This record gives sequence, structure tokens and C-alpha cells, in this order.
Amino acid sequence: MGSYIIKRSLISIPLLLIISFLTFVLNNLSPLDPAEVVLYAQGVPKITDELITETKAALGMDQPFLIRYLKWFVSCLQLDFGNSYVTGKPVWSLLGPAFLNTLKLTLLSVIAIIAFSIGLGVICALREGKWMDKSVRGVSFFLTSMPSYWLAALMVWYFSVKLDLLPTSGMDSYKSYVLPVIVITISFAGVYFRIIRSAMISNLNEDYVLYGRACGLPEKKITMHILRNSLQVAISVFCMAIPIILGSTVVVENIFAWPGLGTLSVNSILSRDFPIIQAYVLVLAAAFVLFNTVSDIINAAMNPKLRKDL
Amino acid sequence: MKLFKLIWKDKLAAISLSIIAVTIIAGIFAPLFAPHDPAEVNMELRFAPSSWEYLLGNDHLGRCILSRLIYGIRPSVLWVFVALAISVGIGAILGFVAGYFRGKTDAFVMRVCDVMLSFPGYVMILAVIGILGVGLENILIAFVIMKWAWFARIIRTSVMQYAEADYVKFSKALGVSNIKIIMKHIVPVALPDVAVISSSSFGSMILQLSGFSFLGLGIQAPNAEWGMMLNEAREVMFSRPEIMLAPGLTIIIVVSAINFLSDSLQVALDPKLMTSKHKLQGQTVASSAKLQGKEVA
Amino acid sequence: MNILEAANLKIWDNRTGKVIVPNSSFHVKQGSCLAIVGESGSGKSLTCRAIMRLNKAGISQSGDILFNGMNLTELSEKEMRRKRGKQLCMILQNGMRAFDPSCVIGVHLKETLAWHFGWSREEITAKMKHAMASVMLKDPVSVMNMYPHQLSGGMLQRVMIALAIVLEPDIVIADEPTTALDTISQFEVVEQFIRLREKMGCSMIFVSHDLGIVQKMADEVQVMKDGEIVERGTTRAIFSDAQHEYTRYLVSTKLALNHHFKKIMGGVSVAER
Repeated sequence: MGSYIIKRSLISIPLLLIISFLTFVLNNLSPLDPAEVVLYAQGVPKITDELITETKAALGMDQPFLIRYLKWFVSCLQLDFGNSYVTGKPVWSLLGPAFLNTLKLTLLSVIAIIAFSIGLGVICALREGKWMDKSVRGVSFFLTSMPSYWLAALMVWYFSVKLDLLPTSGMDSYKSYVLPVIVITISFAGVYFRIIRSAMISNLNEDYVLYGRACGLPEKKITMHILRNSLQVAISVFCMAIPIILGSTVVVENIFAWPGLGTLSVNSILSRDFPIIQAYVLVLAAAFVLFNTVSDIINAAMNPKLRKDL
Repeated sequence: MKLFKLIWKDKLAAISLSIIAVTIIAGIFAPLFAPHDPAEVNMELRFAPSSWEYLLGNDHLGRCILSRLIYGIRPSVLWVFVALAISVGIGAILGFVAGYFRGKTDAFVMRVCDVMLSFPGYVMILAVIGILGVGLENILIAFVIMKWAWFARIIRTSVMQYAEADYVKFSKALGVSNIKIIMKHIVPVALPDVAVISSSSFGSMILQLSGFSFLGLGIQAPNAEWGMMLNEAREVMFSRPEIMLAPGLTIIIVVSAINFLSDSLQVALDPKLMTSKHKLQGQTVASSAKLQGKEVA
Repeated sequence: MNILEAANLKIWDNRTGKVIVPNSSFHVKQGSCLAIVGESGSGKSLTCRAIMRLNKAGISQSGDILFNGMNLTELSEKEMRRKRGKQLCMILQNGMRAFDPSCVIGVHLKETLAWHFGWSREEITAKMKHAMASVMLKDPVSVMNMYPHQLSGGMLQRVMIALAIVLEPDIVIADEPTTALDTISQFEVVEQFIRLREKMGCSMIFVSHDLGIVQKMADEVQVMKDGEIVERGTTRAIFSDAQHEYTRYLVSTKLALNHHFKKIMGGVSVAER
């Protein structure tokens, strides 16, 4: 097992390097000259060629490409992603708090998603084909076809404006979490619910269920065995839910004016603040790779067959 | 045509198919179907309720909502379809090559796919928009760049099964050229699988595009696009919430129809993808890939 | 005295409405072994599961099943569960898949025995140790701590037999217990079944399509074809003097195969023992 963890972790290192390199290259593919962008963003009234050359030197743009990459990479490892073009503040001072805010929202939503999808998945699998199963699947099907921002807007209109129960936006008290978490949960739970349900159903048809019943075991015990085996597939999927949701709260954050990564990234895109976009992509891609590695390791640890071989 | 008949038997699938067909035709021939010019501003008719002349009412600039919805089909559905077709095309070519020839080509293509799939899709689309700038074309380019890899991977799995079939081996032994074998024996059987895979991500791509437009990253005013219309409606959300209904319901209906058709296609074709020999491996790959495809808009 | 009697048993598929077993009546005498033979798809397994009332959700059954004079079909699910394992014990075809793959074997054994008898961990381990030793499983304690995939099909089959020994049921229903095994394991497992009967004196329903094993195990044989019982009689009668054409066909093909095998091997085949 130990050797597997080491091996799997080592595989992710070149991947992280490739990702960092691609992120850097992407930003250099931009049709705009960063020096011009900086000057424009800082509201310099008249952009002259002289100013551009000066700014280029200040940004280190006059150096060869690979050297710039290496310098950037080393400082990224120290969480120094440079300064924002627009405000001039260090990127990490903006990205760090936003990341935390989004992480809070994500973790709460993932917990809700896991609870709902397991609960409904088990109930529906045990009643496969009955009205309960059919109606839950129908509703989840409908909800996955619904734009999450539309749902969010309707909920804001109803719960915040009409009933005046919850705040419309911002992140002030625990109440602010309610609507965003509900919207994220509704838009993601359907996919995970289906995974749990189909894993449960395929396990229900296994011989060990028949043998357990033939030995007179109570249904509760048998359901626990089925759930245990179904979760083995699901646990790595749930693990990946964290980075996926972390990266897709953009729209929901925008609606609820949540001071998180999504709001930050959209604003940076609109103002062409490259260092922030760069850091945002790098941090989330790294999180993606990291969670992928962890979920593979958990998967291996959960599966006795794999565990034995490693 | 047999497939068509199978789907036609399923009532809900038949309705879905009709909805999609009507949407596509209305989108292509938008000037014929739209009762008004979608950009025609008429301040006297601001927020007018539905009337015989303006069936769905008017928006904050007094423009005809129905006409805007019909013109909106073009960017919201048709252009997404083009982006989907291009990325499926790239994925199919690479998938066919990798799955049929195997060996080094396969290993290389799959490593590249691994790298592409280890990026968070949604974030990368944002990144591409960030670099290329705001606009519909850039979102579509981002779709193509980010989606081909997972099509390539799934199509490869599908092709590999057929490439190992006895009749293909037999044709190879007879010395039939590779291109001929692919065209004659593999494309026809793998095509249904490709249809299922691509239709299943069509719906989520429409949702994503409308989401980006909603954020103001997509098509720019005064062009009509569904997400964009919702973005405009949002400014008057508290006073005129009903303006949000028409575009929102249109998206839901079209996306539901596509998802439903995709599901019944899958049932009708019962693709071997889902019951492949590499079940465990394939399942996790497919499910994680599917999750990527299903990211929320 | 019959321990089990099935009357007018009918089994059908709910979704398609297809009748799989139209009307089947049979009985098992106290202490005897009834073999059910027939090709796959003839309704043997479904019949066994119908006795246990364990057919899948889409399969329905009607008719009476009398066990010790009690009608099983009239029992509540809860009462039926009490009978399963303790009085009617089932042994499945594929040992590899009969145990939860993510738990060690001991978990299933402990859960079952604790549920039926309320025994403590130590009692269960002691009893299982004894039973597993008697079915020639070496090192029972470590076997109980192994995962199903770490054991062979034959070993798992013998674990099921050991569990049956501890449960002391009135009747054992074995559904093709040797089909998935290689010849040597088959021999070992059949040996344990014979010893199980000698030791416990319990009745048995033994489903198989291996006539060699049937000849060795069964007191009576019942031949099924397309869901119907085409013939039944004592083992001797079936093998020497079959009435129905299908039975004669089964027996003759088996004999021909055996004959051929003997000629090649020049000795006694394992199945013939």
C-alpha cells in the first residue's frame, strides 16, 4: 500500500509541471500585449511606446520565455503569483480569502450532496420501478435540465423578496449560506444520486445478497452490505466532487454576490487581469490533480483486491 | 430507419424529437418564424404583457420576447451544436486511430487525453475566455479545446471492441486495406455509440453556454441569446420576475428534450460501452468524465 | 413422511407474463436426497428459490409449499426469515460470488449465527472452527479472516457446507453446488455433501446437471424440461429403466461420455466414484 501511495503521488508531479507550463503558455498566447493591458488598466491617459518598453522591463517581459517561466514557477511555489494589473495588490491577498470563501460553500454543499444522494439513492434502489423511484428520478432529471442561475434567481425572488426570510446576497451570517448551498446541491445531487442508485441496483442482483437472504439475515444488515459495496465506487467520485464544485460555483457566486473564486475570476476576465486568471487556473488545476490522486489512493485502500496486490 | 421507428414508439422520446426538430427548423429559418425584428426597440411597449401581436410580451426595451427567443436559437442551440460536432469530429478521428491501430499512436493519444482530462473543464473554459476575451466565438473555441479529449477516449473504448471482432480480424487476414475496414466494418457499428455519447453532452453544453452568457462573458448586446436574455431580465428581477420565465422555461424544455432523447437513444441502442469488458476501469473513467461533462452551468 | 411438499407450484415473469414453471408438484421424504436434473433454463434454480421465497422482484409464484406440514407461502416475511438458514439452508453455485467481496468471510458467518442463535464471538469462532475442520478446511481461523477472492471456489463451497453444519437445518437446498468447480474440487465438495448427510441425517434437494454426481448423491431423481417435471423415480430406476425419452437421452449421453472417457483414461474416472 505504501509503495502505491508513493507511486501514485509521483505520477501526479509531472502532471502538475505540465499544468503549470500550460497555464503559463496560455497566458502568453493572449492577442493583447500585457504591458498595454497594465497601462490601460491603471488608467494611464496616453500610452506611448516608451511607456510600453518601460512597463515591459518592469514586468520582466524583456527576458527569454523559459527564464520567465522558471522565475514565475519558483515564485508560485511560494504562493507569490505576482501583482494584480488593476489594483496592484499581490494576487494571493485577493485569491486566498476568495478561495477560503468558495471552499466553505463547496464543503457545505458537498456534505449536503452526499447526504441527499446516498439517502435518495438507497431508497430508490430498494424500490426500483415503484412510484417513489420513478418520481424521484423524474424530478432529478428535470432538475439537471434546469439552468442553476435561473433556479437561483427564482429562489431569491421567492424566499428573499417575497417572504423576506433570507438575505439576497453577500456572506454575512449563516443565513447567507442557505440559498447558495441549496442551489448547488440541487444542481449536482442528481448526477451523484444516479451513480449511487445504479451501483446499489447492480449490487442488489449479486449472489451475496441472495446468499445473505437465504441465510435469513435481516434486510437491514443486507442493505448495509450493499451500501458498503456501492460506496466503494462512489467514494472516489465524491472525492472528485470537491474540486469540480470548487471550479463551477462561478454562476451561483455571481448571483448571490458571494465574495469567492467565481466572482473574482469573472471580474478578472472582464478587466483582463491576467495574473489573477493565471493564479486561479493554476490553483484549481492543482487542486483537481491533488484530489484525483487522493481519490485514487482511497479507492485502492477501499478495495481489498487492489490492497492485496499493492 | 429502424432506430427511428424504435424511438418513435416511445411516446416521450417522440415528443422530445419533435421539440428538437421544431427548435432547429425555427432557428435556421428564424426570419420566417419570428413575428418581429428581435432588435426593434419600442419604448412604449416596455414590459407589456402578452398580446395577440406580441405573444410572449415585451422586455425592458419593448422588444418582442418571442422573436428574441426564436433568434436566440441560433447562438444557444445551433452554434453549440457546431462546436459539439467539431469536438466530436476531432475526438472520433483520434479515437478511431488510437482504437484501431493501437500501439504507440494509441499510447500517445491517450497520454495527451489524460493530461487534458486532468484539467478541470469548467475552469479551463473560463481560462480560455479570459485569454481570448469575451465573446460567443471564444466560448465555442473553448468548448472544442476542452471537450475533444473525453470524446476521443470514449470512442476509442468503443472502437477497440469492434476492432477485436472476428470479422475484422478476418478482413485483416484477407489483406483488405485498413481504411476500407474502418469505413466498412467499424464506422457503421461505432456510429450509434458516438451518437449516444455526443447527445449526452449536448444538453450540458447548452446549459454551460447560456451560463457564460448570463455572466456577460458570451454574446454581446443587442444580440439575442437565451442566457443573455436572462441576464437582462435579472436587472428587473425584483420588480418584474415574470420576464425570467419565458427564456428559462425555453432552456428547460429544450435541454430536457435533448437529455430525454439521449437517454432513449441509449436504451434503444443498448451500447456495448456500458457493459464492456473493462467494466470497472471503464466505469470510473466514464463516470468521472461524465461528471466533467455534466458540470453545472 | 414428507419433509417438503410442493403442490401446483407456478412461477412466471411479471414483466413479460411468460410462465417459466407452469404447474409443478413434488415432495422430499424425510432424510432423503432428491436430485433435480435438467438443462439450464429448465426452471431448476427458480424452483429452489421459490421454495425459499427468494425469487427476484419481477418473478411471481403461486401454489403451496408445505414444510413439516406448515405452508411456507402463508408465512409473513418475518416468520419466513426465521426459517431461512436455520431450517431451510441454501448453498449456491458460485462460492466466489456468494460472499460480500469487501468483507472477510468471518463477517457473514458471525452475522448469520449471531442472528439465529444469539451466540457470542467466541462461541461462534469455536463452533465454526470445529465445523470447518470437519470439511477439511485447514487453518479455519485464518480462512475466516480472508476475503472471498483470496480463497478458491471449492474452499468457499466447503465454507458454506460448514455453515450449514453449524446451522443444523432440516433441509439443505444445494443449487448446482459443483458446476463452477474443477474436477478435483468437485470431488472434494461432493465428498463433504455425502458426509453432511451421514452426519446430520438431514434431507436435501440437490440440483445438478452432472448425472455422475447425481447417481452418487441422490435417493430419488426428478427430471425437468421446459419447466415441467417429465419423470421422477428412484435413482436406480432412472438410470437403469428410464420411461421418458428425454431422460433416456440424458442418461445415454452421459454413459456415452463416460464410456469414452474410460476408454481414453483406461481407468475409473473421478466422476464415476
